[in-house]
Amino acid sequence: MVAGLLLGGFYAAVSLGVALIFGLLDIANIAQPAFVILGSYAAYVMNTSFGLDPILSGLLFTPVFYVLGAVVYRVYYESFERRGEESLRGLVFFFGLLFIMEVSLSLAFGVDYRLVQSWYMSRSIDLGGVGIAFRYLVPCVVGLAMTLALHLFLGRTFYGRAIMAVSQDRLALRLMGANPVQIKTIAFGVGIAAASLAGALLISIAPVIPSTDRDYIGRMFAITVLGGMGSIGGALVAALVLGVAESLMSTFFGPSWSLAVSFGILLMALAVRPAGLFGR
Amino acid sequence: MGRTSVTLLVGLAVVGAGIALAMLRVNAYLYFAGYVILQYVVMATAWNILGGYAGYVNFGTPAFFAMGAYTAVVLIQWMRAPLPVLILAGGLVAALLGLGIGYLTLRLRGTFFSIATLALSVVLQTVIMNWDYVGGSRGMSVIRPSGPPFGSYVTFLFTVMVGLAVGSVLVAQFIERSWIGRGLAALRDNEEAAECMGVPTLKLKLFATTVSGFLLGVAGAPFPYYVTFVEPNSAFALDYAVNALAMPMIGGTTSWAGPVIGAVLLGTASQLATVTISSEMNLFIVGVVLVAFVVLAPEGILGLVRRLRGR
Amino acid sequence: MAGALLEVQGLVKRFGGFTALNRVSLSVQPGERFGLIGPNGSGKTTLINCVSGALPVDGGTIRFDGREITALPPYQRTRLGIVRSFQIPKPFTSMTVLENLGIPLEYAAAGRAGAPGSADAGEILRSIGLDAKAHLRPAGLTQIEMRKLELARAMAARPKLLISDEAMAGLSSTEVDDILAILFRLNAQGITIIMIEHIMRAVMRFSERIVVLDAGERIAEGTPDEIVRNPAVEKAYLGE
Repeated sequence: MVAGLLLGGFYAAVSLGVALIFGLLDIANIAQPAFVILGSYAAYVMNTSFGLDPILSGLLFTPVFYVLGAVVYRVYYESFERRGEESLRGLVFFFGLLFIMEVSLSLAFGVDYRLVQSWYMSRSIDLGGVGIAFRYLVPCVVGLAMTLALHLFLGRTFYGRAIMAVSQDRLALRLMGANPVQIKTIAFGVGIAAASLAGALLISIAPVIPSTDRDYIGRMFAITVLGGMGSIGGALVAALVLGVAESLMSTFFGPSWSLAVSFGILLMALAVRPAGLFGR
Repeated sequence: MGRTSVTLLVGLAVVGAGIALAMLRVNAYLYFAGYVILQYVVMATAWNILGGYAGYVNFGTPAFFAMGAYTAVVLIQWMRAPLPVLILAGGLVAALLGLGIGYLTLRLRGTFFSIATLALSVVLQTVIMNWDYVGGSRGMSVIRPSGPPFGSYVTFLFTVMVGLAVGSVLVAQFIERSWIGRGLAALRDNEEAAECMGVPTLKLKLFATTVSGFLLGVAGAPFPYYVTFVEPNSAFALDYAVNALAMPMIGGTTSWAGPVIGAVLLGTASQLATVTISSEMNLFIVGVVLVAFVVLAPEGILGLVRRLRGR
Repeated sequence: MAGALLEVQGLVKRFGGFTALNRVSLSVQPGERFGLIGPNGSGKTTLINCVSGALPVDGGTIRFDGREITALPPYQRTRLGIVRSFQIPKPFTSMTVLENLGIPLEYAAAGRAGAPGSADAGEILRSIGLDAKAHLRPAGLTQIEMRKLELARAMAARPKLLISDEAMAGLSSTEVDDILAILFRLNAQGITIIMIEHIMRAVMRFSERIVVLDAGERIAEGTPDEIVRNPAVEKAYLGE
């Protein structure tokens, strides 16, 4: 149960990008898991070459990923959004990106599992009689911090509020004096930057291979849909729910079924309440 | 009726040519490669019925293909069913899968359908890996039946695939030229307007998903006999997801000819690349070419040809 | 009202916490020229979306030609004879103008006696002035031609009731008259027409009866003269 909550905190971190890009901007960026894995490998390289703590590398790479995200969005916008052809071709575009990234990582790093080492990995702490490993606790805490940070960003800063406005009413945004394309570029960049840190967390928790991204596709979108497409807080709750559900499933039926849980939740959420728990 | 008869005759001629080729007993590798390319003709055509005609993108082609393959495995294990039964059953099971996913997600936006198909492959692979009757994650050996009707078993399968390829193209042509095809085109162009003009969009979408699934399952059913060792990683290979999508997008999505062109071109190129460079590099190139086409030439080769002819 | 072609009773539509339609009722007689007006955001398009089936309702009933249609999907309502045109034209972009008409002819009008009028796509295009462009794609049409295509497509569905949603917005004076003439002609052929418009002279000239909506409620009903003199209507449009 506790493990489930810890996992949930981590899942929240991983899903923030999708919650922002798909939930708020309505861009079906299915390549997000690949960006996360890219973040994982970046952290891996930093860790093995310089002994850098993964979370530190994750943070270090955020500006790089931000720029990457901004560039990707611009290409997407010019090629598809402007021409109003988002649905079919935009999806294929992101799938192509997902595919290229996964294969590139495969070419560069092979298919062996990669993991990172850090001073706190093997430690654990005792809270009220329950032993909690740091390798799970730290990502969870960082995940919660990231969620809070994004929530504050969206609610309190100009650009954050502009992003919320873009998701609701493009016209209102223009009246505000902001350029919707610029705002979306920023939002997309933030979403990819989040992937950098999330990837670092991911490789802290478990070893990674290029195809790990596929495991997270279902989870990310299940969390975003269940949490309500526009709600960061909702995504957090949904992530915790998923974490606990997977833990329970794992305990009773074995770990290999955990992927089915997210898929099941995704289908259920779509069938019953496409607006999610807290959606608009 | 003239056009239909011509089409059928051409189809028969192609099958005939296939049988003749099979008889020739050229380099065995050509039949293996040929089988793969023809398999992709079926898959690309199947994908395009939903993706090109209706505008709904399916990222989970491996799931449907594997459903066909594993249905065959089950039937082979259980009762050594003959090949036609395997093909039919594989198609039906995959069709049901398509209907199911469609029913659950097609009332929502197309994006949700696509996301669901993306997650579908991963989940189904997990299910298969846990099912020991079909070999689980270790895989299962399949023994080919003795005495194919002619030639060696590989050349026989090659011919079967020629027939399936021709069949699937005929199905696509039939749909494209019928009232169903026109309705699908309308809902692809503007679903809301189509519905308000009397087009039963949900029913047509479910039809397209089911037929597409059926053909994908049909493509997968002979797979166990082709590879003789079926394991989840090869049945659910990412190659299928990308290729079934890239081939129609590169060839052109608006007509039956696009997937065929894409399958032949990309399939042949892939085979060459895999042999000369490496299979991973080949995948990388496919990915890059796909993105390049989507961004720069969204109408595919057919579209480029059309523009050159000044239409 | 007895014999009404379209009867809407107590329609309720909510979007989250916002009530777009609050127990709206109206009825349209066969062959009538009916106007629906109201300030921006009053719920006109929402009402039309509910009648055409694009939106599910949260309360109330809709009857057409004596039949309860509240639960029917849009395409079945179209087949029964309720046809709408869109405010922002939504043509089938990959088809020619002629093929655009082919869809409603094939799907909506086939096998139904429907309203008297042209059954042939070419004839419809001729009557509306688009026959020269029959083999062009919508991308090659001007603004007013796109609006005409919307109407032509609606005509091809052989409507009993045609709902014209702001077909004249942004058009020049002569173009407005052009569209108006087409609508008058359709009505003369027996088609009941509901017109939603902001261009007052068009609505006043065209309608036999008008209903006014404001903030999701019906605030007035009557002939154009009565509506013009109604103080509640003036208040809704101009504020206090």
